[in-house]
Amino acid sequence: MNVHAARLRLKTRFFTLLVVLSSVCGNFSLSWGMRQFGRFATFSPLVYIRAVMNPFVALGITLLIVWLLSHMTLLSWADLSYVLPVTSSGYVLSALAGRVFLHEDISVYRWAGILLITAGVALVARTAPHRSGAPS
Amino acid sequence: MRWLLVAVIAAATTVSDLLQAAAMKRHGEICDFRPGALGRLLGMLVRNRLIIASVVAMAVSFFAFLALLSVADLSFAVPATAGSYVIETVLAKYILKEPVNWLRWAGASLVACGVALLSL
Repeated sequence: MNVHAARLRLKTRFFTLLVVLSSVCGNFSLSWGMRQFGRFATFSPLVYIRAVMNPFVALGITLLIVWLLSHMTLLSWADLSYVLPVTSSGYVLSALAGRVFLHEDISVYRWAGILLITAGVALVARTAPHRSGAPS
Repeated sequence: MRWLLVAVIAAATTVSDLLQAAAMKRHGEICDFRPGALGRLLGMLVRNRLIIASVVAMAVSFFAFLALLSVADLSFAVPATAGSYVIETVLAKYILKEPVNWLRWAGASLVACGVALLSL
């Protein structure tokens, strides 16, 4: 493996981790913040503006921006068909965050689904991240 | 209501990801992570039409996601919106012309099965 390939692999792992963590923490923060508003019975923009003023929702949005920038960076060298499944490993962490911190129920079916998603991620992670024609 | 929001999120996310991938594919690999270079890159990206359209689609997805979180658990909301992953893999192959080998198809299929189980 040459130096460029090793650097690319390291970069890919780092940004994949950043995409996953910012997504999981962002979703968790949004969910926590949205619990304080209850059910939205309207599509009025005022309700959404009030929601984004909540500190947890605001933190979730900040993390979403981190997610966007790291996702775009990863896509600058990696295929979309690689990035999407690999970053879906965040579902496992999201489920765990929901279970541990929000005390949400996770059925056996949901756990089985999470295991299948993890297996799918493991398969895709075995492929090269970059598109054909890119240096390897 | 829940599934309507899931459909809106899936469609908007698919459009957003495809536009973002197309824009970054045109840009090429980001290698310089010094603050000045990142600032110039950010300045260039915010003027990129594909990125702007991608962010608009993402905003639609985001607000639909907020509405979904108000009526569903996080452990339902996040996985249920993953249906877009399979559609996006198909579109990545035919629109972005990405080389999708059997490992990626198998991986995407397993993710799809996982999503089906999660929504039971």
